[in-house]
Amino acid sequence: MYEQIVFSGFGGQGIQSMSKMLARCAMAAGLQVSWMPAYGGAMRGGTSNVTVIVSDGEIASPMPCAGEVTAAVVMNNPSLVKFESYLRPGGLLLLNRSLIDLRPVRGDVEVLAVPANEMAEELGNARATNMIMLGCLLARTGMVLPSVMEGMIGEFFAAKEKLIPLNREAFGLGVRFVKEGGGHDL
Amino acid sequence: MGKKILMKGSEAMAEAAIQAGCRLYFGYPITPQSELPEYMAARLPGVGGTFLQAESELAAINMVYGAAGTAHRVMTSSSSPGVSLMQEGISYAAAAELPLVVINVMRAGPGLGTIVPSQTDYFQATRGGGNGGYRTLILSPASVQEACDLVALAFELAERYRQPVLLLGDAMMAQMMEPVEIKEAPPKPYDIAWAARGWKPDCGRARAVINPRSKPGLEARLQEKYRRMAKEEVRVEEVDTEDAEYVIAAYGTVARIAKNAIKTLRGMGVRVGLIRPITLYPFPYEAFSRAAARETLRSFVDFEISEGQMVEDVRLGVGGQKPVAFHGWYDLELPTPQQMVDFILALRQKEGGERQ
Repeated sequence: MYEQIVFSGFGGQGIQSMSKMLARCAMAAGLQVSWMPAYGGAMRGGTSNVTVIVSDGEIASPMPCAGEVTAAVVMNNPSLVKFESYLRPGGLLLLNRSLIDLRPVRGDVEVLAVPANEMAEELGNARATNMIMLGCLLARTGMVLPSVMEGMIGEFFAAKEKLIPLNREAFGLGVRFVKEGGGHDL
Repeated sequence: MGKKILMKGSEAMAEAAIQAGCRLYFGYPITPQSELPEYMAARLPGVGGTFLQAESELAAINMVYGAAGTAHRVMTSSSSPGVSLMQEGISYAAAAELPLVVINVMRAGPGLGTIVPSQTDYFQATRGGGNGGYRTLILSPASVQEACDLVALAFELAERYRQPVLLLGDAMMAQMMEPVEIKEAPPKPYDIAWAARGWKPDCGRARAVINPRSKPGLEARLQEKYRRMAKEEVRVEEVDTEDAEYVIAAYGTVARIAKNAIKTLRGMGVRVGLIRPITLYPFPYEAFSRAAARETLRSFVDFEISEGQMVEDVRLGVGGQKPVAFHGWYDLELPTPQQMVDFILALRQKEGGERQ
């Protein structure tokens, strides 16, 4: 098993949190994992991105590799432009339809479009978009069991207990969205 | 700790130092390793230690020098231009034979440099950035776990040889998170009669003086120590070298990327191996000369994020037995496995393609 996942969006969309949660979850499941943030000069309004690699063998490079990314979670237009080309054929492109009006150009990847902001607003907290996307990712790839992630949410937010139910709910909403066949309207 | 936790390289190295009994940290923040002093600032007071942000790197290394003179585990960390400022202090510590640990998370290029992962301080580290022809032990990790293990080893070696030990890392390793298990590695008791630790007229031992001045016999003792280090402290990782047509030479995170390239090339039927120096000084010359002597080996390929520094040591090790090719990355570029694969395939083509 080898999954190279890129999470990308703008600052404040929870890119760091959702990628850390996946990394911790994979570690708890006994898998090898690396978490590598985008690094270097950054500008306000630009992209924030993290690469998480999950594998049952030794992880060589922690860097995102063009043509080898198995799943990209893109939360805004610049992220789609930057990372669509990194996907390997047959890879998963999970995009936040609420904020992305560009259309993917690749015909050889699976696209799931998630109205994450609308879904989060329905829950009453626009900041939960990242958990919805994470739910979609795990429901589709199965790399970590959603039940393991639900446990991890409790651990991750241990210091802010009141956020636990909201995040679990948002995560579950993402899982259900994919399981019920959502994501195919671009 | 005994349990795997997910940690950033810079913070993990700080925790590893604490688990190794380091209770004193003096430094001055600089990207890409500011998380290290930040972690120390938060953590050291709770374990009875002292964190002090110096007014400059110059001050920091001299604080380290003073503390090392009392034989307590002490360290500093910085990045390239900061480490340049520390060179005088490191040279003084080499002369005074003080055990101390310096972590350099390298920046790229001369001057202020830039913060992308880089390996442009190899010359400075291995050839002694300060005056006087001294040596520092140089350890170079390729994973967060190895960084932690080498921090513990750095303290141990610093004491065994009474001498500065440098850990050379890059921004990729400092910024990435990986699961680590940080083991306790407390100092083993050793003879510290040399240390300036509260002499009194009736304490029954000679007064200890920490002195960086050259004195009769010092040079001979240092050289004897360096020979002993060169003989006993070489550390190297070899991957798939036995049957290799090509052996990649790479250290630190570049070696990780090379492992991806090796997998791809082996999948294509090209037999490639890796020699990864873990100690840059002493350099594993023997591993290279041994590999060079193998019939199956066509040439070496040295990959670095620099314009070519370690390649000089690789050539010394190979000793003209086989060709040594070089490819470097700089100008904000980072190596990818594909570039390494392409380079080796092109080289193979040039050398006459597949061997019969």
